[in-house]
Amino acid sequence: MITAAVLAALATACAVGSWRFTTARWTSRAPRLAIILWQSLGVSWGLATTGAMLAYAVQPYGTGVLHGLIAFAGGEAPAQAWDPLHVLALITGLTALAVLIAVLLTAGVQTLRARRRHRMLLRIIAHDDPGVPGVRVLAHPGAAAYCVPGLRSQVVVSEGALKLLSEDELKAVLAHEAAHVRERHDLVLLPFAALRRALPWSKVVADAQAQVELLIEMAADDRARRYCSPRRLATALLRFGTAGAMPTPHGTLGVHAQHVMARVERLVQPLPELAASTRYGFIALSMTLVTATPFLWIIQL
Amino acid sequence: MDILWAENTPLTAREVGKLIADRDLAPTTVMTVLDRLTRKGFLQRTRDGRAWRYEPAESRDAYIAELMLEALDLTGDRSAALTRFAQAVSGREAEILRRALTELEEE
Repeated sequence: MITAAVLAALATACAVGSWRFTTARWTSRAPRLAIILWQSLGVSWGLATTGAMLAYAVQPYGTGVLHGLIAFAGGEAPAQAWDPLHVLALITGLTALAVLIAVLLTAGVQTLRARRRHRMLLRIIAHDDPGVPGVRVLAHPGAAAYCVPGLRSQVVVSEGALKLLSEDELKAVLAHEAAHVRERHDLVLLPFAALRRALPWSKVVADAQAQVELLIEMAADDRARRYCSPRRLATALLRFGTAGAMPTPHGTLGVHAQHVMARVERLVQPLPELAASTRYGFIALSMTLVTATPFLWIIQL
Repeated sequence: MDILWAENTPLTAREVGKLIADRDLAPTTVMTVLDRLTRKGFLQRTRDGRAWRYEPAESRDAYIAELMLEALDLTGDRSAALTRFAQAVSGREAEILRRALTELEEE
């Protein structure tokens, strides 16, 4: 009973924490740290929510969640008899766990499939340009620069982008994309994108995903500024934002402009780094989160 | 694909092989490639006697538009989860960005 209560409390804490964290202001000063915290919040929220229900369900066995589930799967009879409430909790818990895993996997597979098609189309349509070696060029007047992640990630720019940017700006953009490739930001993005598709109605999940998207851009900006002028990166960003070569669809526009301005501001006028004590505090918090939930799955309090 | 796009009529594997002038490809290679592209849905084929005639499923521009839409995240869902450099904004917001750009360039 105590395990279930602790897990439920942890799940609630993660949910409330995520909700508060979507508006945190320090994240732009330490994007990488914020990404780690998001990841640990996500993992422990999933494990704590399903774990709380299952911990209550396998209570008749008098063991931890994992042992209780193994005993149940093995067909063992519990020490105490089943009652409807525990059966209900077991069904709900197992369904939630199964749905969560299934949806994450399908979303992941769909994403990978979409990327494969994208890459295949690039191979057929995009061309190389001697001016930008190692980059695929798309013959389109609109401005776009992006990275198709994968084992061999590809950086793609459109002809519109080549025309739009000065040489230094282009170099800055490419450094930014190279940072994505190098730090495998797609793997960071994948579970959040999957969760977003799994729970499309959840505002916190949508906000979290938008935050993580912005944070990896900031992390890539940080790496790129080591190799190029941050000012050129900032002007390239603004030029992209104002290009508006494609018709813009309804919704979600406000966020983009805010994101662009946030990135420009920190490129032009970097804020001081977070204090070391705060940094270590957040690292300790995420370590606790990711270790506490699996621990509570195994032991019985 | 380029050859099939350039010709407006469906071609057989043999005709495609002849048009790839710069490389000495075995006819079977050409056929394998065409077959693979068909299975992936990029080509359509129709029976013509004993041979297949191939033609592109979509125009080149349609494919480019598809990539660009995905690149700019305008497809609605975030299917391919790409990492984009920046996204375009419109109207008043673009004006704010434009002003910031002018300020940065003047400094």
